[in-house]
Order: sequence, then structure tokens, then C-alpha cells
Amino acid sequence: MTDRVPVLKIGETLLVSIQTDLEDQMVMDLQEDLSNRIVDTGAKGVVIDISALEIVDSFVGRMLATNASISRVLGAETIVVGMRPAVAMTLVELGLSLNGVRTALNLERGLKLLRRLGAERA
Amino acid sequence: MTAETNTRLLVEILTAQRDDFLAQWTRTIGDDLQGRLSMAELGYELGELYEAILKALAIGGLDGRGDHFGEARSLLIELSRSRARQGFTPTETARSVFALKEVLEPSLAGETASVQAYLQFARLLDDLGLLTTEAYVRTREEIISSQAEQLLELSTPVVKLWDGVVGVPLVGTLDSARTQVVMEKLLQTLVDTDSTHAIIDITGVPTVDTQVAQHLLKTVVAARMMGARCIISGIRPQIAQTIVALGIEFGDIPTNSSLADALRQALKEIALETEDDLKGLL
Repeated sequence: MTDRVPVLKIGETLLVSIQTDLEDQMVMDLQEDLSNRIVDTGAKGVVIDISALEIVDSFVGRMLATNASISRVLGAETIVVGMRPAVAMTLVELGLSLNGVRTALNLERGLKLLRRLGAERA
Repeated sequence: MTAETNTRLLVEILTAQRDDFLAQWTRTIGDDLQGRLSMAELGYELGELYEAILKALAIGGLDGRGDHFGEARSLLIELSRSRARQGFTPTETARSVFALKEVLEPSLAGETASVQAYLQFARLLDDLGLLTTEAYVRTREEIISSQAEQLLELSTPVVKLWDGVVGVPLVGTLDSARTQVVMEKLLQTLVDTDSTHAIIDITGVPTVDTQVAQHLLKTVVAARMMGARCIISGIRPQIAQTIVALGIEFGDIPTNSSLADALRQALKEIALETEDDLKGLL
């Protein structure tokens, strides 16, 4: 039994803070948990914090893109925050650009961006 | 006449006339270096070396590459390194060793046995001399590579232009190694200064070909993944023409001809964001 990544709810936002390197099963679980939670809570935004991750492979990179797409279909905007420079460089070298995924430097900026997007929608 | 007797002869002479030899040796080299090194320092250095060589000779004979010469060799390498750092030529460095031959020559001329001993000793010193040259070259290479590294660091400054805006003035050719350094520094500065905008100014880049464009694109994409926006500025007319002629696409990356315009654009975007923030709070 592998650990699950916790999904926290703050107001209309779901916060996913990834603290350990992800195994494939955890990634799949997270995808399921997250989509369930979005529907259950009616969240309008998702923030995925990856500032603790030192290694991100192409699988995790694709997972971020997939999660963003899923959330969008369910009516929530996803923002990936806190990517480390080394991680960004690795992903670029791997040829991933995470197009279609919104990003912010840190959690604070991510939440601000969500608020702004919410204001635009309203 | 065996090598052992020769060695014994050498050790005897070197021990008996130590002070004489050492003084003469120091003087010869001192003349050579013309006061660029203090005599006291030189005397101390050579004294240590003399003792080490003498000890090695007494223990294990004339083979300069043997284990017993370890101490003498490390002393020589140290001497060579310091000479290389102080800007002496390799000839001057090697002569520090060779001069010992001249010192010894008068004492050994004459008898056949001594001549043979002298020749063997000369060969040993040749070996040691070569060692100094090798160490000298190696030190030089270390100096050059560390300078190249410093140059790389110096040529890629990342400066904070405004709250939330950092600038990267690029000077010189962009190759893979440099792009790596630029990218690393830029991304780290974005995190450190909590900046959302980066302006990459390529006024100082002489040519932009597909490879350079590729490097720039990579940097921009990496910054975007972290949540920052890049603007490329400083595109000269010539370069704009080349870019179009080569069919290079910068996609949705904003480009500008002047740094001022780029800064204005960045500030405008930041202002818009803050305005939205205020609206969102109301």
C-alpha cells in the first residue's frame, strides 16, 4: 500500500502539496483523488505545489499536464507552483514544455493568479 | 664500477660539502632569477629540496621515478606550482634543478669513477627537471581553466531592473555551455528575487543562428514553466533580418528592439496584474 498525496481544501481552492518523490502508483491515485475532490467540493481552482520535488521525470511532467486538462474539463483552473530551476531545466532538456499548464513562482503568487482568474470569470 | 658505489660516492660528496654546494646552488639560481625571489626564501626552498634528494639517494639510489624519491618529487612539484603562479618561465623553473649539475661539476671532474657518478647524477637531475616542467604545465592549465570559468561567470550577470523584473544582458556568442550557465543563473535569480518578468537583452550577441535561437527558446520555456515571463530585447535590424531569413520562429515570446521598450512592457504587465488583484479584493 503506497502513501497517497493529500488534497487540502481552502475555500474554493484545492491545494495539493507534493512532498516526496512520486512513484507511478501515487501519480495514478492522485489523479483519481483530485478529480473526485473537484466534483465533490465544486472547487474552482487547483494549486499543485511541487517546490519540494528535486526530481521530475517525463511521467510526472505529463501527469501535471493531464491533471490540468482534467481539472479544466471539470471547471477548475490548475496552477503549478514552485518549480525548482533544476527541474525546469531538466524538463526543457526532455523536450517537455507543459504547454497549457499555468504556472507561478510560489504558492502565494499562485493563489493570487487564481483569484485574478476568478475575478475575470465573474 | 657499480651504480651502488657511484651512489655512495655522490652521497659522500653531497654530505661533506653540503653548505658549499647549497650556497653556490642558491647563488646560481638567484642570479638567474635576478632578485624576483628573495634569497632567504630561495635558500630555504632549495635547502629542503637538497635534503630530500640527499636522503632519497642514500636510501634507494639513483632512480628518480622510484618511491624513495616521493618527498623530493612532491617538493619539486610544489616549487614548480608556485613558480608558475608567480609568472616565471618553464625554463627558469627547470634550471632551478639543472643548476645543481653545474655546482657539482668541478668536484667530480677527473677520475673515471667520478665522471660516471656525475653522469648518472646528471640523468637523475634531468628526470627531476622534466618533472618540474610537467608540473608547471599542469598548473598553467589549471589557471587557464579557472580563468575561463571566471570569465563565464563574469560574462553572464543577472541584474534586478525593477521590483519583479530581472535583466540578463548577454554579451558574446551563445553556446551550449554558456546557455546552461545563463539559464541556471536566470532561473535561480527569479526564485531569489521573487520576480515574474525576465528581460533577455541580446544587444551584445554578434550573430543569431538557429542554434542560438534554440538556446534562447529553451531558457524562455524553462522560465515559463516556473511561472515567469521572458521578453527578448536588443534585436538589431541586421539580426532581425537574419532571423526572418532563417525562418526562426519565436512563437508567442515577446521580442523588442530596445531594452527600454521591454522594461516598459514588463512594468505594464505587472501594473495590470496588481490592478486585477485590487479588483479581485473588492
